[in-house]
Amino acid sequence: MRKLSYWGENLRLALILLAAWFAISFGCGVLLADFLNQFTLGGFKLGFWFAQQGSLYGFLALIFVYVALMNRIDRKHGVRED
Amino acid sequence: MGLKTLTYIVVGLSFALYIGIAFWSKARTTGDFYVAGKHVHPVANGMATAADWMSAASFISMAGLIAFLGYDSSVYLMGWTGGYVLLALLLAPYLRRFGKFTVPDFIGERYYSDAARVVAVICLIVISFTYVAGQMRGVGIVFSRFLSVDISVGLAVGMGVVFLYAVLGGMKGITYTQVAQYCVLIFAYTVPAAFISLQVTGIALPQAAFGSEVLDGGGRLLETLDRIVTDLGFTAFTSGSKSTADIFFITLALMIGTAGLPHVLVRFFTVPRVRDARASAGYALLFIAILYTTAPAVGALARLNLTTTIQTGPVFEETANLRYEDRPGWFRTWEETGLLRFQDLNGDGRIQYYNDANPEFAARAEAEGWRGNELTVDRDIIVLANPEIAQLPNWVIALVAAGGIAAALSTAAGLLLVISAAVSHDLIKSVLARNISERAELRAGRISAAVAVLLAGYLGFNPPGFVAEVVALAFGLAAASLFPAILLGILSLRVNKQGAIAGMLSGLVFTMGYIVYFKGLFVAPFAANVPGNWLFGISPEGIGALGAGLNLAVTLAVSALTPAPPAPVRELVRRIRVPSGSGN
Repeated sequence: MRKLSYWGENLRLALILLAAWFAISFGCGVLLADFLNQFTLGGFKLGFWFAQQGSLYGFLALIFVYVALMNRIDRKHGVRED
Repeated sequence: MGLKTLTYIVVGLSFALYIGIAFWSKARTTGDFYVAGKHVHPVANGMATAADWMSAASFISMAGLIAFLGYDSSVYLMGWTGGYVLLALLLAPYLRRFGKFTVPDFIGERYYSDAARVVAVICLIVISFTYVAGQMRGVGIVFSRFLSVDISVGLAVGMGVVFLYAVLGGMKGITYTQVAQYCVLIFAYTVPAAFISLQVTGIALPQAAFGSEVLDGGGRLLETLDRIVTDLGFTAFTSGSKSTADIFFITLALMIGTAGLPHVLVRFFTVPRVRDARASAGYALLFIAILYTTAPAVGALARLNLTTTIQTGPVFEETANLRYEDRPGWFRTWEETGLLRFQDLNGDGRIQYYNDANPEFAARAEAEGWRGNELTVDRDIIVLANPEIAQLPNWVIALVAAGGIAAALSTAAGLLLVISAAVSHDLIKSVLARNISERAELRAGRISAAVAVLLAGYLGFNPPGFVAEVVALAFGLAAASLFPAILLGILSLRVNKQGAIAGMLSGLVFTMGYIVYFKGLFVAPFAANVPGNWLFGISPEGIGALGAGLNLAVTLAVSALTPAPPAPVRELVRRIRVPSGSGN
């Protein structure tokens, strides 16, 4: 596989995380909510929980993963600011 | 000490704190005034962004929306938080690397065009004023209820405080005031929520409490709530009545709109480095999520408390409906504000609170001698009345008043500042009078901030009747105009000024046209605002998502047919994609 540029690695990471962003909120919280509601988690119907709680925790995790991995990519390509 | 005295003390102390901060952080340069000198620590910026973002609507109205809409309210919970992922991954780091002062700055330079800059300024001003009008209403509600002063006196005090720290301190002043305001508002929101969760479920953490069992042995809270509200003909709390397509598009429009709101975007210009901009978006969402994950619990608990206060036993058992003369104290105080209204339609002296819009249930109720729903509850009172409903101590109620005011003022200040920066920097300095000195520009900034405060105050005294309608417009416009232009400006080297201007204008006209068509604005609506008339089943609240798509398509198509942007612009785009150095 061709070695990706800094921008290429950045975009690839962003696209992967955006796919997760979509799956957590629009997937589990909206499109699949009715299906997931037959399961429960800690007293919540699962689809309802994703829409009102889970997607928010997911968003947070995604941003902090992006921050950590981008810091690594910055260093690898020698473009980290001092 | 009486509640009113206590409220005066708590609110007074919080005002003294904000004004103290304003003097300590006076802006000396245009850099201080527009972007706080780019010295804000990412955690502080996260808090300031959270206070900036969480308005009177988040603090006062959202839990009430959740209480009455149930699952359908998820559009706000996901929509107003998911946009931060877009901000962190797609916009914030690059705008920080670009390094100027305002959002129209970026659009103007990336699209090498004053016309594009002016279109961006117009969008920004429409979006921001729409928003400010809503904040002023929130300040009015809090003042009139808790301090029993005339709304106009309360507003004048509020405007005076904002005037002091926004005009004097600029971005630097409002940033550190917002940090203080965040602390006040989050404390005021979570403390009553924890108390109430503890009372009802024995668990103090609201996020866990609203999934757990209620203490009086009635089973799981959400199951109990679903049963109680469906028994009265309402939709179950955990399911919704909006179509899946509509939920999808409203959520998407709010997310994209959030990421395109100028007062949020500009916060990422204030941190020292690109990696701080990314982290700062994370901290902002963390601080926002503390409130946003608590709100559904507050909404569910309030709905349960309210419903069981009125309907004390099995439906249609005569003694199970609360007698009007036995109504609790909070009921009386809120009746005085007109936000809670009772009308004894069947003359039995008891309160019947049910869904008379549900034909099947209404027919059964009719047979039992009920003559229609007798209680009207304004959803805005849920958060404000909650501590009283749960009989919490007076200092908690005083704190909630201070929190509501903090939420409204912090957002108002942020909005007023982007408006003033757009006028003094993007219109005066960049288009009308390019060679004014920095001192003159700073003075112009202060004057336009002062004018904006006065104008916002006017909107607070004379709230335009269409405030509720135009909130959809603010998000729709942000989604359909600014977001796509910024995004494509970063992701594509090929999009040019013709594409961007055509794209922004078509997104703007389409979205505004659709909303006006169904909701009216200065003109009567052209068609009934019902699902049967909507395009693809998308309500006006969700149309911004489609507008954004249209903007993207038009920008790409027009750019492909017109010449590529000049080399220095392509160089600019390559530069902002990389945190330091000249790029690779």
